[in-house]
Amino acid sequence: MQPRWWGPASIWLVYGVGFIPAIWYFWLGASGQLPGNAVKIFEHLLGVWALRFLLATLAVTPLRDLAGINLLRFRRALGLLAFWYVLMHFATYMLLDQQLNLPEIGKDIAKRPFITIGMACLVFLLPLALTSNNWAIRRLGPRWRSLHKLAYLIVLGGALHYTMAVKVVTAEPFLYFTLAILLVAYRPLRSPILNWKKDRRLKTASTTSRQ
Amino acid sequence: MRISTSIPSSEITPEKFYFNRRAFLAGSLGAAASLLPLSAAASSLDYKPGPYGTDEAWSTFADITTYNNFYEFGTGKADPSNNSANFKPTPWTISVDGLVSKPTTFDLDDLMALELEERVYRMRCVEAWSMVIPWIGFPLSRILDKVEPLGSAKYVAFETVVRPEEIPGQRGRLFQTLDWPYVEGLRLDEACHPLTILATGLYGRTLLNQNGAPVRLVVPWKYGFKGIKSIVRITLVENQPETTWRNMAPQEYGFFANVNPAVDHPRWSQATEIRIGEGGFFGAARRETLPFNGYGDEVASLYDGMDLRSFY
Repeated sequence: MQPRWWGPASIWLVYGVGFIPAIWYFWLGASGQLPGNAVKIFEHLLGVWALRFLLATLAVTPLRDLAGINLLRFRRALGLLAFWYVLMHFATYMLLDQQLNLPEIGKDIAKRPFITIGMACLVFLLPLALTSNNWAIRRLGPRWRSLHKLAYLIVLGGALHYTMAVKVVTAEPFLYFTLAILLVAYRPLRSPILNWKKDRRLKTASTTSRQ
Repeated sequence: MRISTSIPSSEITPEKFYFNRRAFLAGSLGAAASLLPLSAAASSLDYKPGPYGTDEAWSTFADITTYNNFYEFGTGKADPSNNSANFKPTPWTISVDGLVSKPTTFDLDDLMALELEERVYRMRCVEAWSMVIPWIGFPLSRILDKVEPLGSAKYVAFETVVRPEEIPGQRGRLFQTLDWPYVEGLRLDEACHPLTILATGLYGRTLLNQNGAPVRLVVPWKYGFKGIKSIVRITLVENQPETTWRNMAPQEYGFFANVNPAVDHPRWSQATEIRIGEGGFFGAARRETLPFNGYGDEVASLYDGMDLRSFY
């Protein structure tokens, strides 16, 4: 039996651990320990971590359904970490990389499809982050669930943004893209799978009761 | 800072500092220490100062030898320096053949005997970053003159070595990044231009594996990917040869690949560039990219009458 304080504390622990990569790489960059093009490396790492947290957020449901691992209480933290990483990724691009050259940033967003997609993902994440609190969940009721289905679009967009940004598709972007597709494709399959599992459980139960 | 061109660079920069000034200043051990065994592989070269100098500060030896695009050794910038230790750049030969009167195979001694000179060039990568590199080499025209191109020769095709046993990125895996061998090409007049060199060294020493040892092409007014590394074959041909990055994505990488701030890469602007090693995390040195990388006076006439938007 876990002590009562463990529930909330473990969630704060996820936030704490989740921000370590950003803080660590920021420290390395600011102290001149990222060799070569430090800003680009930092920007890239924030983006990759954003994608990892997005994938982790969408993995919570299938992990519970299929493997019996329940991480549901961490899902909001994972989703918000993804949002903060996307925001830091964009801020790094805007402030450190483009140095607030607004015309150039505007041109990038309008002209370059992979940046347009990345920007759209950030915009879609905003309402999700803003409605991630308990008050909004209660207030929105069933509409909250529909709204938060945007996460599927965002994870696909994020993976596509990464795949389109690289010069050649190596193992890492390919892996993330595949995972994003699998995690989204799982959603329509979910109720047939759950029904099938329920049927099987009922059958086993009735067989055992007859013995 | 004006560096007198009469003093060899290896004498200007005390050896213990040339590895990584910044790393020494910052007291960071990793980068500098890891370069020491590599530097043992590079030996000093005899050379004289060459033309086309620049007042710009040179990129550090550490940046030049650890921030590389050489996909044969991996796609990360540090991969070439980390994964190329097993590559053996000696002995080596380059065969020069095709539409020539005297097809010739040169070994390294033949090349080193071609009066090496130092050429301090800006290097502008297609990824919008740049360096200033003190190459040691000789004009490509010197070996083209020796083989006597025929009148029908219009282009020069280059080919990189294929040795999967020594080059990890060339081993057939699930993710073959590019087709090997890496191939590049120039128009004959571009190849004969005095700015175009074959480099056998930098910072006064022989090239390290990650920089394309033992011999690579340097064409300073073109994007860096034209500078094919570890060359084994040069062929004079009549028609425009295939080039690796153009084969991979023809809408993104052209045959000419002249540095041109007015023609964007489809996925990023080419108007500005980051000078590696300058500025810092909070004020990275973004500077305007110059047409032909600042070598327009020398080379713009090669492209008179051509629309450089369609011939990018």
